[in-house]
Amino acid sequence: MMTASALVRHRAFRAGMADTLKVSPGIWAWGLMTGVTMVQAGLGTEVSVWMTLLVYGGSAQLAVTPLLAADAPVWVVWATAFCVNLRFAVFSLHLRDHMLAWPRWQRLTIGYFVADLNYVQYIHRHPHPAHDPEGQRAQMAYLCGNSLLAWFGWQVASLMGIVLASQVPTQWGLGFAGVLALVGILCSLTQTRLRVVSLVVSGAAAVAAMGLPLRLNILVAIAAAVAVCLLVAQTPWGQKGTT
Amino acid sequence: MIDAMQAITLVGLGVVTLITRCFFLMSKRELPFPAWAQRGLPYAPIAALAAVVVPEVVVSHGALITTWQDARLFGAAAGVAFYAARRGQGQAVLGTIVVGMAVYLPLHLGWGW
Repeated sequence: MMTASALVRHRAFRAGMADTLKVSPGIWAWGLMTGVTMVQAGLGTEVSVWMTLLVYGGSAQLAVTPLLAADAPVWVVWATAFCVNLRFAVFSLHLRDHMLAWPRWQRLTIGYFVADLNYVQYIHRHPHPAHDPEGQRAQMAYLCGNSLLAWFGWQVASLMGIVLASQVPTQWGLGFAGVLALVGILCSLTQTRLRVVSLVVSGAAAVAAMGLPLRLNILVAIAAAVAVCLLVAQTPWGQKGTT
Repeated sequence: MIDAMQAITLVGLGVVTLITRCFFLMSKRELPFPAWAQRGLPYAPIAALAAVVVPEVVVSHGALITTWQDARLFGAAAGVAFYAARRGQGQAVLGTIVVGMAVYLPLHLGWGW
């Protein structure tokens, strides 16, 4: 257990926020364009606002927006969001050992807020779970600071996008700033040769499997990259740079 | 106004986010995970990001682009070049975004690439 105020006052909470700030222009631009896209697709202001606040996942929101606009059956909408979000299940498996020291309600509360960038930045800063209480507090505080600031920035930007929808054409391509934020994070992750292998294999597989429905190409790409890396790690070339 | 069906759909979508993000955080019970799956996890973050990012740069209308005249290629390349020049120091990720957009927007809006 850790009280909210103790979390916020922890040094690591600020460290987590500082890491989020580094990528914030990308988060804002992406949030803004997600808001704009929902309204321009015809979802209406109210549905768009609730979608932003409840769903909090850009890729899933963008995937179900055309389905909602076309009045698709509700199970198709849910199944699509589930498949697009399946990569989060892989993230939660990775975070599991870091979180088990905390009570379930706390795991589920913070877990909800951990999006792509938060997971990547957290696991980059804290590759191994802490085993002492102070280390566990620091890790939890970092994850909370990182995730909550990202959530706040995303929500403000999305709501602005919903309000400004008629003034910001999607053709401007401002959402590309979000892609560039991910590109920057990708660069920061390429520290070992096996990770570069993972990047190349996954990127190629994701493009090759574009034809799969429900953006399942993402899951196929992760599986292919992890499998290839496990094989290459057995070779002398792979063992020169581990993980 | 939101009708009941829309409300159910939206709340359901929120639950989908919660379930997927907390999939392996719900139970404390020992997971019967093979050792190779544990060893494979460190390669997952970069793979997940690459699977999201690479199509955003080289795919349009559901297919690999066949032209080099695409502003996204130059924007992403400029961002990577900036990051490499900085060797990841300072505000390298922030710079990646700013420099990338500085190259992307003129090409995209001015040239129509």
